[in-house]
Amino acid sequence: MATRREFLKGAVRGTLATTAVLTGASAITPVEARETHARPAEALGLLYDATLCIGCKACMAACKVANDNPPEFNTSEHLWDTPLDTTGHTFNIIKAYRNGTMATKDVAENGFAFMKFSCLHCADPSCVSACPVSAMTKDPVTGVVGYNPDKCIGCRYCVAACPFGIPKYQYDDPFGRIGKCELCRHRHSKGHYSACAEVCPTGATLFGRTADLLAEAKRRLALKPGEVTQYPRGRLKSVAEQQGQADKRWRAEPDQTYEGKVGTYVQRVYGEHEYGGTQVLKLSAVPFERVGMPNLPPHSSAATSETIQHSLYGGLLMPLAVLGALTVIAKRNVKTDDDSPQQGGES
Amino acid sequence: MVKVSLNAANQAAEAVADRLEISRRDFLAWCAATAGSLGLSPGAEAAIAVAMQQARRPSVIWLHFQECTGCSESLLRAEHPTLERLILDVISLDYHETLMAAAGHQAEAARKAAMAANKGKYVLIVEGAIPTRDKGVYCKVGGHKAIDLVRECAADAAAVIAIGSCASWGGMPSTDPNPTGAASVGEVLGKPVVTIPGCPPNPYNFLSTVVHFLTFGKLPEVDKLGRPLFAYSRLIHENCERRPHFDAGRFAMEFGDDGHRKGYCLYKLGCKGPETYANCPSIGFGDAGEGNWPVGCGHPCIGCTEKGIGFTKPIHALAELKSVTPPLQYARIVEEQGAGASFASAAATAAIAGAAAGGAAMLARNLGLSHQAELAEAEKAKAAKPADPPQGG
Repeated sequence: MATRREFLKGAVRGTLATTAVLTGASAITPVEARETHARPAEALGLLYDATLCIGCKACMAACKVANDNPPEFNTSEHLWDTPLDTTGHTFNIIKAYRNGTMATKDVAENGFAFMKFSCLHCADPSCVSACPVSAMTKDPVTGVVGYNPDKCIGCRYCVAACPFGIPKYQYDDPFGRIGKCELCRHRHSKGHYSACAEVCPTGATLFGRTADLLAEAKRRLALKPGEVTQYPRGRLKSVAEQQGQADKRWRAEPDQTYEGKVGTYVQRVYGEHEYGGTQVLKLSAVPFERVGMPNLPPHSSAATSETIQHSLYGGLLMPLAVLGALTVIAKRNVKTDDDSPQQGGES
Repeated sequence: MVKVSLNAANQAAEAVADRLEISRRDFLAWCAATAGSLGLSPGAEAAIAVAMQQARRPSVIWLHFQECTGCSESLLRAEHPTLERLILDVISLDYHETLMAAAGHQAEAARKAAMAANKGKYVLIVEGAIPTRDKGVYCKVGGHKAIDLVRECAADAAAVIAIGSCASWGGMPSTDPNPTGAASVGEVLGKPVVTIPGCPPNPYNFLSTVVHFLTFGKLPEVDKLGRPLFAYSRLIHENCERRPHFDAGRFAMEFGDDGHRKGYCLYKLGCKGPETYANCPSIGFGDAGEGNWPVGCGHPCIGCTEKGIGFTKPIHALAELKSVTPPLQYARIVEEQGAGASFASAAATAAIAGAAAGGAAMLARNLGLSHQAELAEAEKAKAAKPADPPQGG
């Protein structure tokens, strides 16, 4: 009886053999390794600062309203919107990290902390790479990872591909679609930015150009814990705007900057380098692995898989090679009936 | 438990109503309201009515130090029709600098006389902070320093109640740089006292505390800061009428904007409701009517009852949420979904799997058998017709 391990070993050997055949072949049409994409220069995103988050869930409520999503119940009385994770109808969720006595906020041991889970709008998104049609797209200007239900064939490759588990399928709906944060791009034309950032009472979720947000995040990391600093709320103004140039894309808002105490940050901006960078950045006082943010290399899996796939399928090489190999095997295994005695027949 | 017959309560009500020249109905309504603010069980209003009728009139000595007399004013200007008459009827206010008719040496003599006559039985109420710097020279009444007066009067008091934020925790006089070294009554006496913080506190919170003392002979339960639990155990944020706007993320951005006019949450304007313990959202502020408490009329709470917040934190500064310890309704970072297999479902699945496996095994065996049987048939046929010619066409 062959074990699963042996089966997999066999499969790998087979793949290697095929690749060996192909490396010779691909010398004819060289396929270059795909580089990890970088963020667009004017990429938009969010900065989530877990030390500022008070867990009021106003962002979750606003997200539901902005995206016209129904509440989801996980308690017996069906009173409150209580999703357990991002779903086809919940694009944004605040989760709580709990440890021991949960006495202090933003402490890893015997503490608690909040973490926002929504699409990170990767510079090089796996979901866009995995999508066999063009339902998942990355906007070349804003970098928003968008979804088009009219093009979607419902294969849910994006659900499996995302390292953060963000795109989710609406399994409860016979005509379901993928649900994910699209940075409220449908509201941008009316001068509104992401609803979660618009309502956040403490500026824990901040909207802006990712380049500006990254600079703001680094500014916070450089501050001493306990020091008093200015925290912007809502939308982070760009350098040009701060010098008086109005950005007409967004509707005018009063300045909501306030004074607050600097938290004890982990010296890392999550999303700065992960998979080539994401447009949603995160700051936290509890190590990111403990609050559900995976450790990812700077080289995106989309780049790796596309390099392999495009090498294999470049110029239909692998299909031809496999067809050839199959033909040879078939040819060798075909037994003519010549050596067996004639038992009669039509001839 | 409170057990007083309704009959006795009714008789008591008649007597008190006659004495105060108010209607019996008004008096009983007041008793019920007081029992309500104390959070007492039904029937307590009867006990209160009887206690009021007995009119023991305990002697009360009311000291004023570093304050604005706002607490006294709040009490006197209470909207409730019988409040000021009752407070003056149920207690014998022997010394109160604003209200007493006596002046000068006569007033001092009244205080000394009351203290001597009711030794160990009088109630001491302190309004205002007490300066402690430079041996407490910054506040003197009748030639005596505040710090000496409070110690002298507290020595033989049955109960000490600090009214207002100044007496409770220092209040505005103790704000940085605190040039007079203003301190609370508790700090000066070195022992915990009942505190009714607020600037001014709701008169009901004070009155209910006094009535509790008169009715049950002891002060109500207090928290670690000496605040009666019936009034100060809940954050303003918890009972605030604007709370739904907070939960939905609807905030007033600046005074007079659209959200402000619509009555949205004032958190972004610096409302201290999330870090201030007081019952203002339930019974209003200063007995001026429930719709007229600060948050009700559109001003953020300044946290006047809370040390380190009122008069210390700027009004526009953002409040810290004291009530966030993650309750169950926050999803965990990794949330296990589904309830797992029950015994019945596991048994049913096992039975189906077993049946399927058994069926498959039997089928496989029979397949082999039928093949063998086929072969056997063929052999038999061969044996029966050995000379059969090959079929052909």
